[in-house]
Amino acid sequence: MSQSIPFVEYLALGDSPHLVANECTACGARFFDRRNACANCFATGFRKVDIATEGEVRAFTIVSLAAPGIPVPFVSATVDCAGTSVRANLINVDPTPEAVHVGMKVRLALQPVGADGSGVEAVNFGFEPQR
Amino acid sequence: MASDDVWILGITMTKFGKHPTKDVIDLAAEATMGALADAGVTMREMGLLAFGSLMGRASGQMLQKQVGQTGIPVYNVSNACATGATALRVCHMAIRAGDADFGLAVGVEKLAGAGLLAGGSRGGDSENWTPTGRFGAVGPIDGRIGTETMPGVFAQIGLEYGHKYGGTSFELFAKISEKNHAHSTLNPLAAYSKRFSLEQIMNDVMIAYPNTRPMCSANCDGAAAAVLVSDAKLKTLSLEQQRRAVKISASVLTTDPWEEACQVLPNVNTLTRQAATQAYEKAGIGPEDLDLVELHDCFATAELVHYDNLKLCEEGGAVDFFNSGATWRDGKTPVNVSGGLESKGHPIAATGIANVWEVATHLRGEAGDRQLPNARVGLAHVIGLGNACGVHILERAAA
Repeated sequence: MSQSIPFVEYLALGDSPHLVANECTACGARFFDRRNACANCFATGFRKVDIATEGEVRAFTIVSLAAPGIPVPFVSATVDCAGTSVRANLINVDPTPEAVHVGMKVRLALQPVGADGSGVEAVNFGFEPQR
Repeated sequence: MASDDVWILGITMTKFGKHPTKDVIDLAAEATMGALADAGVTMREMGLLAFGSLMGRASGQMLQKQVGQTGIPVYNVSNACATGATALRVCHMAIRAGDADFGLAVGVEKLAGAGLLAGGSRGGDSENWTPTGRFGAVGPIDGRIGTETMPGVFAQIGLEYGHKYGGTSFELFAKISEKNHAHSTLNPLAAYSKRFSLEQIMNDVMIAYPNTRPMCSANCDGAAAAVLVSDAKLKTLSLEQQRRAVKISASVLTTDPWEEACQVLPNVNTLTRQAATQAYEKAGIGPEDLDLVELHDCFATAELVHYDNLKLCEEGGAVDFFNSGATWRDGKTPVNVSGGLESKGHPIAATGIANVWEVATHLRGEAGDRQLPNARVGLAHVIGLGNACGVHILERAAA
């Protein structure tokens, strides 16, 4: 079994993959990036919280023109995971307006990105339709 | 008795489009000298210069070296697509503060043929996966975790509005673009002034669903400049200068307050609503009083949400408002009679002054074939992603 690494630090791999946010201990605002302070209340205390793996598509687009090297078309979406918004690609779905719609129920899924020079596999996340 | 009002004394925009033989300073100089001539003053009277050129390596000092070095302070400003509005705002503040009687605001860009501005290129993966940056990402995230392209971001913003309130469709967004392209046929300074049928728009190249190519703002070259003056100084100028002066009844700049999701998908709504609210209050003018609006239709999907954000309609009512025909040039609240960014073009730093020029030109009754009859009050709006929002409310001189 080759070694693997999450594509971003806020993705937790393992038996039940999920996203992890930095939650402000003062006001509850959630962020996925490394923080200096809370953008909402300026407090500096944060705790790690697990984000729901099921959600609803609140907005999407099907990108047909992107930078060289990015496979198109692909679906970019904003997914509402039980009140926390997540930016992600929609995967395992046809990138067509017939197959994707706002309000659709989706769940977190993993997608390999590839191995680096020493054989370490990077694993990314996306959201796929709930079946 | 002079008030603390600030006026536009002179304003101009260059033809937007392709200017292969001119550099950014040529374009900025053309707009600057045009605005000074329009104002009937010279560089000698200017108390400050606020200059914006987002993508070029130009500065206000480089412009001064071509049009007049008088030792005045230069403020080189950068605020994404709100850069031009920010330059205006800087002059407005300096005059209000009593620091200057006259201010010159200039925005310029050379972007013809530029392609995607954000998300147009992406770095390669490194030899060894190493977490870097604020997300601890082991490689570039554009295209892997959503999109960074502007057509894609604003497509989502439009569809999000549809999800919240209903009524949107690919065809609806294309109809907004159809309107703006139709308006552009009367604007000789627009980069593109060709009418498109709804079918042509919908069948054109898809960029980011539902935005096809004609539904995206056009990259182009162009500049715009404005001379602002204090009320006290204006009263000492000629009656003709006073007659053509346009009052800045509100000049507002905002950023987006934190709200859930705003760091995931840029929220262009909160800061536009706040800017509009502040501007209407300062001006003592309501959205129902507006004779025309130039708003930031960087994409057809964006225009829809700003009908709502600028309170041109009831909250949630943007689709019905558009379908009523209100925003066509013969409607209740004409929006983007210039053709908007989709056809007039979007030389980024020039846009926030060029849309003020469009409004001012109607208020002066000098808009030629596209003149809106009896235009007295207008609003100009820009959004810079990141985010910054500029709103200016303008009124015709009373005389």
